[in-house]
Amino acid sequence: MSRTLLTGNGAAAWGARLAQVDYIPAFPITPQTEIIETLAQWIDTERMDSRLVTLESEHSMITAAGGAAATGVRVFSATSSQGLLYAMEMLYTVAGWRTPFVLVNVSRGLAAPITLEADHNDVMAARDCGFLQLHCANCQEVLDNTLIAYRLAEDERVRLPVIVNLDGFYLSFTREPVVIPAAEQAAAFVGPFNPSSIHFRASAPESQAVAVLGGAPYSYFRYELHLAAQNALPVYDEISAEFRTRFGRDYPAVDSYCAGDAELVFVMLGSFATKARAAVDRLREAGWAIGLVQPRLLRPFPEQPLQQLLAGKRGVAVIDQNLSMGKGGVLHTELAAALYGHPDAPPVLASFIGGLGGRDISDEEFFEIARVLQAAVDTGQTPPPRLLYTQDELMEIRKLQAIAHVERKELGGTA
Amino acid sequence: MYRIRFHGRGGQGMKTASRILGSAFFEAGYEVQDAPRYGAERRGAPIFAYVRAAREPINERGIIQRPDLVIVADDTLVAVPAAGVLAGVSARSVLLINSRDAAEVWRHRLNIDGPIVTLPVNTGVEDRAELPWIGASCAGAAARLVGVLPRQALVHAIETELGGLGDDVVGHNLENALAAWELMAPQYGLASEGGEPRAQEYQRPDWADLAFETARISAPTIYAAANSVEVRTGLWRTLRPVIDYSRCNRCWWVCSTFCPDGAISVDKDGQPRIDYDHCKGCMVCVAQCPPHAIAAVPEHQAQAEEAQPADIPGDPP
Repeated sequence: MSRTLLTGNGAAAWGARLAQVDYIPAFPITPQTEIIETLAQWIDTERMDSRLVTLESEHSMITAAGGAAATGVRVFSATSSQGLLYAMEMLYTVAGWRTPFVLVNVSRGLAAPITLEADHNDVMAARDCGFLQLHCANCQEVLDNTLIAYRLAEDERVRLPVIVNLDGFYLSFTREPVVIPAAEQAAAFVGPFNPSSIHFRASAPESQAVAVLGGAPYSYFRYELHLAAQNALPVYDEISAEFRTRFGRDYPAVDSYCAGDAELVFVMLGSFATKARAAVDRLREAGWAIGLVQPRLLRPFPEQPLQQLLAGKRGVAVIDQNLSMGKGGVLHTELAAALYGHPDAPPVLASFIGGLGGRDISDEEFFEIARVLQAAVDTGQTPPPRLLYTQDELMEIRKLQAIAHVERKELGGTA
Repeated sequence: MYRIRFHGRGGQGMKTASRILGSAFFEAGYEVQDAPRYGAERRGAPIFAYVRAAREPINERGIIQRPDLVIVADDTLVAVPAAGVLAGVSARSVLLINSRDAAEVWRHRLNIDGPIVTLPVNTGVEDRAELPWIGASCAGAAARLVGVLPRQALVHAIETELGGLGDDVVGHNLENALAAWELMAPQYGLASEGGEPRAQEYQRPDWADLAFETARISAPTIYAAANSVEVRTGLWRTLRPVIDYSRCNRCWWVCSTFCPDGAISVDKDGQPRIDYDHCKGCMVCVAQCPPHAIAAVPEHQAQAEEAQPADIPGDPP
């Protein structure tokens, strides 16, 4: 065991290495590529015994991952943003095959307009496909979650692929101190992959992806997928308890910080939640009874722990780093559904949209969210959803629009 | 917490500088976060990298808004607004500029009150993308300016970060980093840890309520056609393909067809011409040309030769 400086991408690669993966289908995309480059270098220099194959697209990559996992080998892959969406058809398909493997997604906003920086619309698009989702707040969690994800994916009671999500730039290219577990210690925790009923072999044909006619058999298979995903919640609790025993790091399905005696709570996913944690420290110094609740699992959605942690709170601000067009923040919507009808649910559940395309959220904005939330609690009026976007930022857009206006006039169009 | 930002151009080693400083802090027992920030990764483009270091775990993330120390490896960046060199610089921020101009000149130019220190290294270098070892010099200077790092932590950090590149590279970086470390001796500890933001009194964000605008206005559309020609992507090139017309057999199609950027055109006599404003120097044409009529010339050498037109080999007849 050693503590060293690693990027989020480096931590993901270490997770795959320590899980002793057999096969890595790969396709490059910013900001993920460093993961497969690191693995390729380790394989090339014989520090890792695995097969890495570059595929011609993410669609093929996920097909290869599912196909290889169906033979009973341990599979790792990684992608981001447009790549995850290009693979979307196969995400649903391989989850339906019930083949367990781990896919790291390095979150990045989606086109158009195109960007390289982080938000969660990519991974939210994969929300309903049957992959489970673990969201990381720091580089240590990237490594640890990758190990946990193999246990979860391969468990007989689950048997589903898992996405481990980390934010582009904010984690992918950011180095932090990370404890790298000793190889034997990690191997003892992850264990060998016991494929049991999974044994697709060359020259021994089986049908993995049968067609069904009619909605009734289809319903059976799809609902079984849902039940397996729901099973993952108690199974996750078992695995994370074992992880804590072995490694001393505690990863409940929903993390919380200063939430016990808090009246107001921020709810956030991913690396930006650590910014909320820093803001909680500053607000506590100023006398605020405020805390943070941070789901680690998004699928399965940890409804019960969220209900418990938020019971009796006076106001909750959900800060979504995603936007469902025509609805709003996805986490806000899901949390509202989880809390609805509970007698001690918080009366104010406010929605904030921030951090789209890597747009930073300042300390002052967290302080202001707390102020807005307190005002809502005092008046009993939940504020309308708020995009974190300043007048200065709007002025930048106005300048670009002024250029476009001139361009259009010069081209003879109607300005 | 220390909050430190390095500004430079792609190729000058700012990411490495931030990693050397990050490692030195880590070696000295600090919690550390270091990260580079860039858009399209390319040589010569402005990039920055940052380091946070504290005695407690670091929860703050993202771009440093209130720097304690800003290091500028390339003084041509100060005037580039998009580089954001002066973003968040206050009277207590230390500004370290690699420049042949004196600190007083910069103070006058920038009209700022905070301490300015110059690091006069490599001032004779004309090709800004090739300031040799400037990353190491910046890291060494920064390590001395913060005043809490032992020399050995800097040495060990350079060995850790660059060890994989061989003794020669480590040796040159050590030499330059330690020279800058010595140079900064009078300013030892000039950069100090900034405090934490206070929730008691803060500048309220001036949030805007976005209103609906028609797609005619709000769709991300560029109206002017073919304006990408205006972007001289040839500036990225480090190797230049040069056609030796005495060997070119006027096949009329191989190099121009294989060029992935459409930067080679063929005139009516079958003679290829390379558009150096847009050739990025991938050297695919060099690899494909059947009579080996295209040579790969280092860009700086080609530019030097261009300065003396009579000496250009293979000038079109």
